[in-house]
Amino acid sequence: MEEIEYNPQELMVVNAARLLRDGDVVFVGVGIPNLACNLAMRTHAPNLQMIYEAGVIGAQPARLPLSIGDPSLVTGALSVCSMYDIFTLYLQRGNVDVGFLGGAQIDQFGNINATVIGDYAHPKVRLPGSGGSMEIAAWANRCYIITPHQKRRFPARVDFRTSIGFLTGGDARAKTGVRGGGPEAIVTNLGLMKPDETGELVLTALHPGIQFEQVQENTGWAIRQAPNCETTAPPNPEELRILREELDPQRIYI
Amino acid sequence: MEHTTMTTKLISLHNAIKKYVHDGDLLYASGFTHLIPFAAGHEIIRQGIKDLVLARATPDLIYDQMVAAGCARKVIFSYIGNPGVGSLRMVRAGIEKGELEWEEYSHFSMISRLQAGASGLPFMPMKQTGAADLMKHNPQYQQVTDPYTGECVIVVPPLKPDVAIVHVQRSDAQGNAHVWGILGEQRLAAFAAQHVILTAEEIVDEAVIRSDPNRTLIPGLVVDAVCHVPYCAHPSYTQGYHDRDNDFYLAWDEISKTDEGIQAYLKEWVYDLPDRQAYWEKLGPEVHQRLHAGERLSAPVNYGEY
Repeated sequence: MEEIEYNPQELMVVNAARLLRDGDVVFVGVGIPNLACNLAMRTHAPNLQMIYEAGVIGAQPARLPLSIGDPSLVTGALSVCSMYDIFTLYLQRGNVDVGFLGGAQIDQFGNINATVIGDYAHPKVRLPGSGGSMEIAAWANRCYIITPHQKRRFPARVDFRTSIGFLTGGDARAKTGVRGGGPEAIVTNLGLMKPDETGELVLTALHPGIQFEQVQENTGWAIRQAPNCETTAPPNPEELRILREELDPQRIYI
Repeated sequence: MEHTTMTTKLISLHNAIKKYVHDGDLLYASGFTHLIPFAAGHEIIRQGIKDLVLARATPDLIYDQMVAAGCARKVIFSYIGNPGVGSLRMVRAGIEKGELEWEEYSHFSMISRLQAGASGLPFMPMKQTGAADLMKHNPQYQQVTDPYTGECVIVVPPLKPDVAIVHVQRSDAQGNAHVWGILGEQRLAAFAAQHVILTAEEIVDEAVIRSDPNRTLIPGLVVDAVCHVPYCAHPSYTQGYHDRDNDFYLAWDEISKTDEGIQAYLKEWVYDLPDRQAYWEKLGPEVHQRLHAGERLSAPVNYGEY
């Protein structure tokens, strides 16, 4: 069989796209999540609905959007509303199935830090902060995180909890009364992690050719491998063709 | 029959800033990636206004430049990044060095503060987010008991800027303004603020506004000054008028790496230019061509003749 070559970005986009279900309403950012949604739409999820935090519903951008408020998101969209409306009528009300999140640190229980490394008042590194992620993490029915697998990105505990995962595990998240279900999967360049029944992230799939040891080396806690840990199917030629020829021909994000 | 003429609110941007923006003011220059009034930011820099409290969900390059020029004492924000590029170096450095005060929110709580300010409410409630760390560090976040269910809700207080600056596609001389494209927090900022400076790509006859009243997001009754400032939003954009200059957002990442780079930029593009018209001309035909918006008209609607 012919060996298909792909890079880590393509691998993550393809695996994130496969997590989306037809008919999902997705709160999406630019970059990799945007590519994942568009790929899902062109393959198994033609009825996916994309919502951007800038207030755009049903965008059909004619070019690859380079910022969250790109004008190409508006031209030809189904609807455009204010930021207050997008966060209340859509997100807070419970009309969003999937949120995509990212951050500098993700911990053992899927909590995210996008705010600061070091002390908040005297930051060693000041990061961008929440943006929309605090509410997306709390209120979307389910969340996905796409990030490269590096030890510094996966500490046992985050320096600052910008967005909620499963807090300290168990029923800690449920006790806060947040409406959404929390992180459902973390897609990295090495594999997939999902929360177990206590909310702790465990390795549930490895990408082709990756060993569990590589995951452990790049994770800041003693990560467990799920007993039924699978191997993901490699990106197929059609997925790669859509990504390379239709979605990101200039290879900006892949 | 004799008609009384309404006083026009048309004024130059220079004079509007001089009249309404003062040292120490709480300023909200609105626009979520779209319609960011850069020309007004540059005019504030030129006039050497100091100690401003700069509020915006995304401080963006406009506040990065104002912070670099020494206009700001404090920033209030919910995301400090160069959108689609990376770090917002000046604001970030100011915070890391402890030279700039800051007050931080999530996008939704920031916008909720404006909603409270715009609606004349004492606070806005929002559902639990479970993200207690920010609430711990920002005492403006409080919790109250929902009197109907007994559950705890988060509340944030109103944000009431001394001045809001709002860029729009078209306005009449009274400040009745049509806005389309990404609407961000334009409307809330205008209603929340004590004074409103409106900048517009086009000044149109009142009849144009009246031909499509549903598109009037900002009524003249909350507007103090109307300034005709084409291309006010560059390097952000104005839907249907010009594109976002992504190349400049990338370039700023380089420019803002050194103090020399920033000072040279401010000299060449702010201090040494009289106004936005000179700035736009200086950008040159190649940039104008690259940012050309093209045409995609909406289908007309019938309001009916009654």
